[in-house]
Amino acid sequence: MINIGTVVDEKVFFIDRAMLKAYANASGDQNPIHQNEEFAVSVGLPNVISHGMLTMALVGKFVSDWAGGPATVKEFSARFIKPVIVPADQSVDLTVSGVVTEVIGDQITVELSATSAGVQVLGMSEAVVVQ
Amino acid sequence: MLNPDSVGRTFEGAELVTVSQSEINAFCAVLSESNTTVAPPTFSIRITLEQSQEILSSPEIGLDWSRVVHGDQRFEIKRPIIAGDSFKCSSTIESYKVSAGNEIVSVRSDLHSNNELVVSTWSTLVVRA
Repeated sequence: MINIGTVVDEKVFFIDRAMLKAYANASGDQNPIHQNEEFAVSVGLPNVISHGMLTMALVGKFVSDWAGGPATVKEFSARFIKPVIVPADQSVDLTVSGVVTEVIGDQITVELSATSAGVQVLGMSEAVVVQ
Repeated sequence: MLNPDSVGRTFEGAELVTVSQSEINAFCAVLSESNTTVAPPTFSIRITLEQSQEILSSPEIGLDWSRVVHGDQRFEIKRPIIAGDSFKCSSTIESYKVSAGNEIVSVRSDLHSNNELVVSTWSTLVVRA
């Protein structure tokens, strides 16, 4: 039974440079801050950072897996508050969890949390799924 | 700086964008999503962000895309996108403000397939000072 307060169990995704390259190709977002360390540093970033939309896509995977597949998601939002930093030759974590905040008929609202290296990277993230 | 006259204006994409199964497969592969019968919930960004870039960085509007970071993002999905959908994308500049030297632009994009509204997205883009 899903109620307000039902917890969606935490899951850890891993992001590395190869994933950023694959996402750049799949999404069409070839901004060099997501692939080229020299460029990223030259514009004031600590290192290469993940596409915010890749972070969001993984959180979408997390909530849709729980709800029964990618077709269940009706609304999805997030604020990008901190970048996910992806150094060369490392896999960094994206740790995602959720809690149900509203149930109206078959529509379930899940508040989502995502951290990387212990830092909250998304704010105000929420999905409405239909079961 | 963005041309303030552009706020409230809607721009119609010139061309239909047809979604292929291989594009859906590639997006799913990044996420290790095994269900490729529909596109993942955020797939539409592939279409809408490119269109926003085209519109906002045109000389007429004047946004400096090289300094843009993504502030927030929202999707309303009427039905999942599937291979073969052919989208007309219209984008509206909903708001614009300057805060601490950063320009903040909100863009809504609607994807219609054969007059059916399939996905609406809202993106807030920040042009860093």
